Amino acid sequence: MSRKRMVATAAMLAGALMLTACGSSPTGSGGGAALKIGFMGDLTGENSGIVIPPRNGAKLAVDEYNATNPETPIELVVYDSQGNPDQAVPLTQQAVQQDQIVGMIGPAFSGESKAVGPILEQAKIPSVSASATNPGLAQNGWVYWHRIVANDNDQGPGIAEFLIRAESPDNAFVISDDQEYSVGLADAVAQDFEAKGVTVERDQFAQAASDYSSTISKVTAANPGVVVYGGYYAQAGRLLKQLRDAGVTAVFASGDGSLDPGIISGAGASAAEGAVLACPCNIPFGATTGPLAEFSERYRAAFDTDPAIYATEGYDAATLFVDAVKAGNTTPDAINTYISGAMLDGVSKKIAFKPNGEPDVNAIFIYQVKDGSLTLLGPSTEATLG
Amino acid sequence: MFDDFVQQFLPSTVGGLAIGAIYALVALGYTMVYGVLRLINFAHSEIFMIGSFAALFVILSVGVTAPLTGVALLGFLLLLMVVAAAVSGGAAVLLEVVAYRPLRRRGAPRLAALISAIGASLFLQELFALFVIPDVFDRPGRIDTAVPRIVDRDVLFSIGNADVRTDQVIVVIAAVVVMILLDQTVARTRIGRGIRAAAQDPEAAVLMGVNIDTVVRLTFLLGGAMAGVAGVLYAMEFENLRFNIGFILGIKAFTAAVLGGIGNIRGALIGGVGLGLVENWGAIFFGSQWKDVIAFVILVVVLLFRPTGILGESLQKARA
Repeated sequence: MSRKRMVATAAMLAGALMLTACGSSPTGSGGGAALKIGFMGDLTGENSGIVIPPRNGAKLAVDEYNATNPETPIELVVYDSQGNPDQAVPLTQQAVQQDQIVGMIGPAFSGESKAVGPILEQAKIPSVSASATNPGLAQNGWVYWHRIVANDNDQGPGIAEFLIRAESPDNAFVISDDQEYSVGLADAVAQDFEAKGVTVERDQFAQAASDYSSTISKVTAANPGVVVYGGYYAQAGRLLKQLRDAGVTAVFASGDGSLDPGIISGAGASAAEGAVLACPCNIPFGATTGPLAEFSERYRAAFDTDPAIYATEGYDAATLFVDAVKAGNTTPDAINTYISGAMLDGVSKKIAFKPNGEPDVNAIFIYQVKDGSLTLLGPSTEATLG
Repeated sequence: MFDDFVQQFLPSTVGGLAIGAIYALVALGYTMVYGVLRLINFAHSEIFMIGSFAALFVILSVGVTAPLTGVALLGFLLLLMVVAAAVSGGAAVLLEVVAYRPLRRRGAPRLAALISAIGASLFLQELFALFVIPDVFDRPGRIDTAVPRIVDRDVLFSIGNADVRTDQVIVVIAAVVVMILLDQTVARTRIGRGIRAAAQDPEAAVLMGVNIDTVVRLTFLLGGAMAGVAGVLYAMEFENLRFNIGFILGIKAFTAAVLGGIGNIRGALIGGVGLGLVENWGAIFFGSQWKDVIAFVILVVVLLFRPTGILGESLQKARA
């Protein structure tokens, strides 16, 4: 088989797969012809755990809208890119040319967003991502691109400024392992601390290490007001356990990579108690009153599970499109104009966009381990430690 | 810089001794097998991992809910060590029968045995990640499995500004006692004499009536048992187990064995503890990210001046 024919066959096969993939999730109902809104992200791959919740959130918003029997119902078309830019590109072309979507929620990740952005921009299709946090995405001059979450550059300062307000430490100890995300976050936190006059000491260990005794002796010698770890929950849990075992009682804080129940099982419930975690995402962990609790209730009723990471952002992204359609906008251009100027009092936060598509306010949310489970304290500018 | 050193020296020393004792116990298995068979048993790191999970199995079966103290603690640790040593020793013997003996019988080159060792190592890791941890322990296979706390982190005494905790003392004392037992076994018993004879000159040993297969089996059994004890101490001290905890620790232990003089039992002790200490001391000046670099620079420097390691003398020359 010639190379050309192989490619053609592969493309046909892929096309057939896509048809089955998106044919399975029409949610349209009601009167007139449904407008199609796409949702793109990793729904079956290794990171689907952080894309299925925003998909559910988006579906909830669309279903709630369609249940009101509107004149123009919305059909949510789901595209499973597996988070892979190579799959996202042909899926987007299909969405634009064949399915004629008028808007896109996603893509969920930064890599696929970067690949897909030019296509959507050229086709003038508005998009809102609920979870792509790479800072570079906003620097492409895209007019039709938006995101709801703060970018990676905002998380470090968010953590540092919250800790300064909550604990007013004289000195901080900032730790990371040797992974890119980890070092980047630790650098950002340390820079912001130093800019605000907090003395910073640093240490770094290997990702695969399990004995952190040399790091611990540095921390005990420095006797810091706060300890910040940039990194993922597995290492954060082990580090936190060894810190507490060595009698370090300073507040321990980390970022979104550690916002996982795994940090509690890794450190042990007593060592993990009181740990502070930050995320650009708003997860209604432990919300019992207000709009977040109501949202959790509706989400649970629809999907039989608690809302997890980016669920509220997915709901808000879909709500933007729903509101645009409600306001009588049915063409991609009109919808984009509406969204770009929208002021939405969303479930996750108040949403408005800068001209470059970034959220107007870079909200970081603070969580704390309380009674052995993760609890939302609120936005970093308002939260107080329990 | 000097202030840092003064402040961190003693705490780092305590931490270095504890991890160094575990390196030393694992290093014994590498060293003994090398001494007898001239084989680097790369799957030994998984024998250690198996021992740590055997300890976890006992802890979960007994259902320890609160940290133990006094006689109960000593008795329980003894039980853990006996079980883990038996499981690890058994696994090591099985490994020898399955992965090495067939090659030895056919007179395969040493390189073949080395590849077989690497294969066995990967096989055992995946076996735990895919089957044993999910099925026996009912936990996800590739992430940390928490071990319930069995020893409290009480400060037992302080040296200068270093607090020494109960768990650290237990690790060091247990490791030293077990190593003395092994050293005396090899030096004074019939079994030990067989091992030393086989290490010195396998053919002459066979002619003198030593059953070489028995000796090899005993070597794997003893080395595996040491790794099992190390697994217990690791599980107790770090309380998080994973299918690949043996990988880095195994490399460090192998380094310790070479550092002390491979094939030399006392060398493994010196190499292990020395490595643990030097890593932590170096981290005071350069930061913990340089630990591994420091460890291997030390290894290279020592080998430049003493190609056979610090003690140099190998198992075959050890006299009772």
